[in-house]
Amino acid sequence: MQTFSQLKKNLKKNFSNHKKIKVALLGDTATQFLQQALRGTGFEQGVDLQIWEADFNQIERQIFDPSSELFEFNPEVIIIFHSAHKLLGSYNKLKPSAQSSLADTQLSLVNNIVTSINSQLKAKIIYYNYSEIDDSVFGNYGNKIESSFLFQLRKLNCELMGFATKQSNFFLCDLSSIQNQYGKSSLFQTSIYINTEMVLTIDILPVVAKKTIDIIAAMSGNFKKCLILDLDNTMWGGIIGDDGLENIQLGSLGIGKAFTEFQYWIKKLKNRGIILAVCSKNAESIAKEPFEKHPDMILRLEDIAVFIANWENKADNIRQIQNILNIGFDSMVFLDDNPFERNMVRENIPDIIVPELPEDPAEYLEFLYPLNLFETISFSNEDAERTKQYQVEIERSVLQKNFTNEDDFLQSLNMSSVVEPFNKFNTPRVAQLSQRSNQFNLRTVRYTETEIEDTIIDKNIISFTFTLSDKFGDNGMICVIILKKENDITLFIDTWFMSCRVLKRGMENFVLNIIAAYAAANRYTFLKGEYIASAKNEMVKNHYFHLGFQQSADYWVLNIDKYEQKKCFIQTKK
Amino acid sequence: MDGNEILKQLNEIFNEELDTDDIKLNNRTTANDVDGWDSLSHIQLVVAIEKRFKIRFTAKEIQSWNNIGELIDCINNKLPV
Repeated sequence: MQTFSQLKKNLKKNFSNHKKIKVALLGDTATQFLQQALRGTGFEQGVDLQIWEADFNQIERQIFDPSSELFEFNPEVIIIFHSAHKLLGSYNKLKPSAQSSLADTQLSLVNNIVTSINSQLKAKIIYYNYSEIDDSVFGNYGNKIESSFLFQLRKLNCELMGFATKQSNFFLCDLSSIQNQYGKSSLFQTSIYINTEMVLTIDILPVVAKKTIDIIAAMSGNFKKCLILDLDNTMWGGIIGDDGLENIQLGSLGIGKAFTEFQYWIKKLKNRGIILAVCSKNAESIAKEPFEKHPDMILRLEDIAVFIANWENKADNIRQIQNILNIGFDSMVFLDDNPFERNMVRENIPDIIVPELPEDPAEYLEFLYPLNLFETISFSNEDAERTKQYQVEIERSVLQKNFTNEDDFLQSLNMSSVVEPFNKFNTPRVAQLSQRSNQFNLRTVRYTETEIEDTIIDKNIISFTFTLSDKFGDNGMICVIILKKENDITLFIDTWFMSCRVLKRGMENFVLNIIAAYAAANRYTFLKGEYIASAKNEMVKNHYFHLGFQQSADYWVLNIDKYEQKKCFIQTKK
Repeated sequence: MDGNEILKQLNEIFNEELDTDDIKLNNRTTANDVDGWDSLSHIQLVVAIEKRFKIRFTAKEIQSWNNIGELIDCINNKLPV
């Protein structure tokens, strides 16, 4: 991690290739250094944070005044830092009889803050939870006393989590866990606090900034989707090819315990939607043996989406994994105990993240936890099914090799699609796809759940969601269209994104047939599309051209009156 | 460590933290004489000095020095003899 001085030097660098994001920062303590650390850290992660910093201790004034500079600035992200020290200050002034209501009072303030912001802005809110201060007035007994500061602070942190589950645009940045990791003396230095009203030390600023930027990066679609694993001495102790099934170290004894706990962690990641792949130098049948037969293996073959074991070099194998999964290298993490392999992969695939695992496997987890590699801003039931879907995709590609004619192959899949507008059941998934889709995304406009909900009641917006299932299984929702009435004869395609899992199935044709039919039935003449280039959507540069749209200045236009149904092998499922 | 050695190290710290190479401190230098030495960067300098010399200043000391000479005396008093 870089020091604060290094981050400060970043401020003088050239941000012109970085993605601009308008951010407001409001704190009840001095935030100048935090502001600099955030912008400097943003440089490292490819974002140009245009930060507007409120004057000292102006949170409420800015947020409850509808004509304040905050609202005029119109930020995309609002970072709010209420410090534990100021909370303690409020507590100290309370009459003993009112102390038990500190957490509730503060939570209702946060609720009012969020409501006030939402009434005027479509911003996402990042709120730091409270680092713990134990004023030791009751000693350990404070845990049994509702009016103790410790009790109220912990209650507040807990209730903030409950509040966050109900507010789709409200995200907690876990300052408390940073203090837990680094210790209070690393977080807070009295001499600085007394002289400047800053409650974060210079040394902890890069950590806090990184944890904050992780959330902002995830908001702009930059997060990890896949974990690629080496096997020997990474997933178990020993070398399966030399030591054999009985002698590799796994289970509850000795160093085996470290590998077993490590596997549990990886299994949890898989269950929350991280795709697992194996990349091992081994004979495939031998590498798979522990997954099939070892009683202490936590990971099983069904947990692994892509399993590659051979004697080729790992960079090539990872390229193959990337090719199968069709996601960016920058969304992949590679874990390997061997420094040679790590360097080889880093050199050949610069975008992939390759943590410098410690030599002692017992330290793997404690090393990886604070790296916070798997930040996300959404979670849905589909995440848990993701591995299965990729495995099915691989079966499909095996089948395809048996067909020489692509139409015959598509026909044989028996594909069907459920087409629905946005509704309260599918909005979380729509918002999530909107954040995840990078490659097949024509304009890369990101929508939050709240914004998707707003479109449901907007009469000028017509929405479509598409699922796709075939004889191998159900992919769930994989495509979203948002149309906006531009005038009486023209519908503008505001949003068209699709999961890359379903490329080359004729889904584009099916979608266009559906929206063209809608346009015709509602007496529109033109469908108007636009391609906005991003770092990742080169794939759809010629999307509208291929579908028969005519170029007109920066837009693409399709005349509905002359539209002929496109060939397609997907049935609409009622 | 004598005063000159401390001064030399302070000079390095100031140039590093204020991201420049033309600062030349002497015992009479004050904040007014150094570009970029304001109340905010003062804290950054203080923390860097604490780290370099493995000492801690009190909250009061941080605001007490009128020039570099007084800072050096303060550091000297904290260093092991």
